[in-house]
Amino acid sequence: MADLERPNTPLDGGVFHARSEIMNADGVRRALWRMSHEILEQNRGLSELVLVGLEVGGVHLAQKLAENLLEIEKQKVPVGTLDVAFYRDDIGIRQVTPSNPTDMPFDLTSRIVVLVDDVLFTGRTIRAAMDAIVDFGRPAAVQLAVMIDRGHRELPIRPDYVGKNVPTRRDELVDVTENGVLLGVMKDAKP
Amino acid sequence: MTENHIRGIDDLGKSGIEEILALSDHFHEVSTRRIPKVPALRGKTIALLFYEDSTRTRLSFETASKRLSADSLNFSIGSSSVKKGESLRDTIETISAMGVDAIVVRHGSAGVPWMLPRWTDAAVINAGDGSHEHPTQALLDCYTIRKNLGELNGKRIAIVGDIKHSRVARSNVKAFLALGASVTLVGPKTLMPFNTDDWGVETTDQFDSVIGDSDVLYMLRMQLERQQKSFVPSLREYAKEYGLSDSRAQSMKPESLIMHPGPMNRGVEVSSNIKEHPKSVVNNQVANGVIIRMSALYYLLGAGSITKLEGFNDE
Repeated sequence: MADLERPNTPLDGGVFHARSEIMNADGVRRALWRMSHEILEQNRGLSELVLVGLEVGGVHLAQKLAENLLEIEKQKVPVGTLDVAFYRDDIGIRQVTPSNPTDMPFDLTSRIVVLVDDVLFTGRTIRAAMDAIVDFGRPAAVQLAVMIDRGHRELPIRPDYVGKNVPTRRDELVDVTENGVLLGVMKDAKP
Repeated sequence: MTENHIRGIDDLGKSGIEEILALSDHFHEVSTRRIPKVPALRGKTIALLFYEDSTRTRLSFETASKRLSADSLNFSIGSSSVKKGESLRDTIETISAMGVDAIVVRHGSAGVPWMLPRWTDAAVINAGDGSHEHPTQALLDCYTIRKNLGELNGKRIAIVGDIKHSRVARSNVKAFLALGASVTLVGPKTLMPFNTDDWGVETTDQFDSVIGDSDVLYMLRMQLERQQKSFVPSLREYAKEYGLSDSRAQSMKPESLIMHPGPMNRGVEVSSNIKEHPKSVVNNQVANGVIIRMSALYYLLGAGSITKLEGFNDE
């Protein structure tokens, strides 16, 4: 079996080999600004809005979006973080280890929750996140913002805000940081 | 068939202990939620086999199972075929045939958890075997100390009382040492095991000599049911020499903890109001018991069990 992208769990061995740069730091920054404006426009303001970054890859993006929204609207948006490990559908099939504890210090009832993740792939992480969200209240709406939509969906899930659509091979891996987005593969670590 | 068990602290080693403590930070967060429950172990079945009495251990395993959405089967000898003379092996094989993923066992005989894998494919958790081990108690104590003092590395821990009959002491010594603490065993010579030379600990029968420089005073329960063998002249004399009184608690370090695995004999190993003492984290230990048992079950049945499906593909 080929090496797989598992951004929200520790990669079980192997080394990431970048093949191409999809976006540079400026690209990521500009995409985040556009997504911030889209979130604002779509929801006609920021009242009731909550950003929830998914551990690990979505957390820094959610914080960046909140910074942008503060600058545009001069209004603070609450930011939570969510680790979906205990809600995954592959526990017992592979090693599912949580990364950082969830931090959701507010009730989500009647809020508009924007889930933020770095890469949208099969959609299974988002399925798990939606299950987790309802344990924190009954939101008025749940929306999804991702930096990269790489296709290969296995569930009927679509993003509301996308940084960039990138056609990928299944065995490729997308690496998102504020310095840019890389497309590559995992190779076995040399012994 | 799983090779994953928590029968003693040696099944985990330092890395296993660290992994369970790290999971516990997550389950601590879960337990603060309005709905303190996650679907992580949905569809798993956990059998609780208690051949000896227990309140907090059995209840905390049961609560932990429910908070992980696992199903738990409760078994206590009073109302089972053990009364009709069914052997341990037959009982295990019967339960196993019903399809359980983990068996939590407490038994009066040391070594029972090590025998179970011969008769079942389920993961085994030791909830106390005779005077031998009680690993989940040690884990929750490590977690409690870490939460209150930051870390165990370099800390001085005194375990006080009936070391000889204490499974808690045996597991805790191993776990505390694995995480870098130093341990002193305190008790009358009659209640000290013979073979402590290779435990890696110091021993003393002078309680007052260790109080001032211990970060943790871990008071063991005086096992009253064994007192007819007269290991100590009288409970009053024991309380005087080895009981944690208010005046002894006065001479403890500022940043130090009083711990006790429960159940407590107030007025024997601790004076009657020690549980409510500002340094006491006894209620903390009970609360962390549920969290640690969630971690232990998830460690065995969730995080640790990898049976890769061919062609399985996921983000």
